[in-house]
Amino acid sequence: MNPPTIDLTRLKSLIAELAPAFGPSGEEGPIRELIAARVRPLVDEVRTDALGNLIAVKRGGASGARRVMVSAHMDEIGVIVTHIDDDGFLRFAPVGAMRAPVLLGQRVMFDDGTVGTVGSEKLDDPKDLKLDRLFIDIGAASRKEAAERVRIGSMAVYAQDVRAAGRCLTGKALDDRSGCAALIEVMHQLQAEPSPHDVYFVFSVQEEVGLRGARTAAYAIEPDVAFAVDVTATGDIPKGERLAVKVGGGAAIKIKDRSLITHPRLRRLLIDTAEACGIPYQLEVLPYGGTDAGAVHLTRAGVPSGVISIPTRYLHTPGEMLDPHDVAAAAALLAEALRNPLAVGPD
Amino acid sequence: MLLRELSEIPGVSGDEHRVRDRIWQAIRDRVEGARVDALGNLIAWKGSGLPGPRVMLAAHMDEVGLMITRIDSHGLLRFRKVGGIDDRVLPAKTVRIGPEGIPGVIGGKPRHLLKPGEEKKPVSAEDLYIDIGAASREEVERVVRPGMYAAFATEFAEVGDGVVKGKAFDDRAGCALLVDLLAEDFPFPVFGVFTVQEEIGLRGARVAAYDVAPDLALVLEGTTCADIPGAAPHGQSTVFGAGPAITVMDATSIPSRPLVDGLVRAAQRRGIPWQWKRTAFGGTDAGSIHLTREGVPAATVSVPCRYIHSPCAFMNGSDYENTRRLLLGFLQDLPAAAAGLHGV
Repeated sequence: MNPPTIDLTRLKSLIAELAPAFGPSGEEGPIRELIAARVRPLVDEVRTDALGNLIAVKRGGASGARRVMVSAHMDEIGVIVTHIDDDGFLRFAPVGAMRAPVLLGQRVMFDDGTVGTVGSEKLDDPKDLKLDRLFIDIGAASRKEAAERVRIGSMAVYAQDVRAAGRCLTGKALDDRSGCAALIEVMHQLQAEPSPHDVYFVFSVQEEVGLRGARTAAYAIEPDVAFAVDVTATGDIPKGERLAVKVGGGAAIKIKDRSLITHPRLRRLLIDTAEACGIPYQLEVLPYGGTDAGAVHLTRAGVPSGVISIPTRYLHTPGEMLDPHDVAAAAALLAEALRNPLAVGPD
Repeated sequence: MLLRELSEIPGVSGDEHRVRDRIWQAIRDRVEGARVDALGNLIAWKGSGLPGPRVMLAAHMDEVGLMITRIDSHGLLRFRKVGGIDDRVLPAKTVRIGPEGIPGVIGGKPRHLLKPGEEKKPVSAEDLYIDIGAASREEVERVVRPGMYAAFATEFAEVGDGVVKGKAFDDRAGCALLVDLLAEDFPFPVFGVFTVQEEIGLRGARVAAYDVAPDLALVLEGTTCADIPGAAPHGQSTVFGAGPAITVMDATSIPSRPLVDGLVRAAQRRGIPWQWKRTAFGGTDAGSIHLTREGVPAATVSVPCRYIHSPCAFMNGSDYENTRRLLLGFLQDLPAAAAGLHGV
C-alpha cells in the first residue's frame, strides 16, 4: 500500500491559521468558530455540546460500521485575571500548566484584541520568580481605565503567530491546534477515500485543565473505539530529557503515558498500518502527562483507546516547534487506520 | 434560627445523617418529593411536571473534622484529619466524639518539654491527640472506638454588628440558603440537593448529578475570605461584607460563562452588592457536577467566611442575605434567559 498523499501546503497553512487563534480552556469560542467554518463542508453534521465541545460527524454507513471517536483538543493554556490594582495592573492565575520563567516578558492578548506585557515585581532572588509576583501591564493608567477593557475572569493567551523555521513550524498553541489540523486533514482524506465507520470528530474543550471536555463528549457519543491526536514531548535537544521521541521522526504511536495504556489491539493496528503503508512512525513512552484518551477510555463501560502523537519541542511556551511532516504522518496514519474494520471486544 | 442549629450539629464527611435529618424537617412541607440516595445525599424536588430547564441547586452537608484511628496505652486518642484543616488551628480545641458526643480536648506536648529548636517548628497533627479525661485504654474503649468521628465543639453566637460566629459555615450557610430557596415556587423543575463528602473529593455531588441529570446547576458555598492584615490585595479571596462571591475559575471547574453573566446581571438589575472570588484554587461540587453525563453548565456562588476550615468562622449576616437575594433574583430571571443559558 502507498501512503495517502497529504497536501502539505494545505496542512501547513491550516496550522498557521488555527494556532494563533484565541482559545484558552473554558473560553474556546473564537477557535471553535474558526474550526466549525473549516469542517462544515467536510462532514454530515456539526454540533456544540453543553461544555462547548465541537462535534463533527462523518457517517460511513457500511454494515458493521463502528462508532469511532477521534479527538483533538482546541483549548490552549493561558492566564485568568484575578485582580485589578489601583494603577491598572492585572494580577492573574494560570489556566493550565503555565510557568513563571516562560511568561515573564511575554506579550499576551485578550479575546477583544487587548494586548499586554507580563511584568514582574522587583525580585531580590531569581528563585522568587513565581506567578504571584507577576502581573500584566495593558498600558492602563488606572483601575478604571483597565476595567473598561478587562474584568476579573478575563483570560489571555500568548500573542504569537506561526512562522517557518527551516523545515519546522514554530508558534504558540501547536499543542494542540496541530492535532486539530490533523483531524481536518483526515476529513479531507476520508472525502477522497471514505471510512466504513461513523466517525465522530471531537474538537474538545478544557483538556489543559484536566481532560474535562473529552469526558462528557465520550459519554454522549458512546464510541466503540477512540483515538486522540495530541502533541508529545521529545528528547532531542541539548541535555534534554531521556525520551526516544524526536521531531522529524514521524508520527509517534503512544504506548503509555500517565493517563492511558494504549489498548494492545489498537497499538498493533497502528503499528501494522504504518508499516504496511510506509508511514514514518516512532513509539512513544511518556512517563508523565495525559491526553483526552485518558478520560475517554474510562467512559461508561470502557472504550478501547489509542493516541497518535505529534513530537513537539518547548511545549507550553510561545515557541513550540514541530515538523509539519510529522503532522502529515499522523493524519495519514489515522486516515488509514479508520479504513480498517476495527474489531471490538476483548483483545 | 436554622443556621444556628445547622452550624452546631456534627456532620463530618461520611457522617452527615444528623444534618440531613434536620434539613429534612425544615423542607418536608416545602417540596413535592425527596429521597436519600445510596451515598446519603438528600435529593428534594418541586415542580417536576413543569416544562423548562431542570435546575439543580447544590449545597454540601458535610464539614471538615477528625476521625479516631487508634487508642494508645495512656488512654489518649490518635486521629486523622478528614478534609483540609491547617494543623496550626488544632491544639487546645474542644471536640465532640462519636454518636454520644463525648467531649474531648486536642492535646500535644507542652511547651516546657519541647527540645531546643522544636518550638520554632509548626505543630503537626501527627504529634497531637485527643484527651477525653480517661486514665487508661480500657476506660476509653468502653465509650470510643477507632473509626468514630470527632467534630469541633463550637457554639454559635452573634457577635459585633450583624456577624455570626460558628463552625461549619462551609457549607451549612449554603444548606440554610438552599432551605430558604425551597420555600419559593418556580415555573421550572428545581432539584435541591444536599450533598455528602464534598470535603474529601466532591464525591456525593458526582452521583447525585448523575441521578438528577440537570440542565444547569448552581452550587451554594461558604468560601474563604482573607481581607486581613498582611494579605496582598490580589491574594485576598473575597472581602467580608462585600456581598456574594461569584467564582470565575477554581481548581476543579471553569464555570459556565453564560451562567456567570446571568448572575452578574441579576445582581446589577437589583442593586445587590456582589464581588468576584479573586483566587483560583480550591474546588466545589461544581467540579464534579459539570462533568456529569454529557456535561452540565454550572456555576458557584459563595458567602464569604473568615477562618474557614477551622473550629470557628465568622460570617456577615448581610452577605448571607445578599447571597439569598442574588440567587432568588437569578432564578426569577431564568425563564426569560433560559434559552441562552444551556450550552455556550
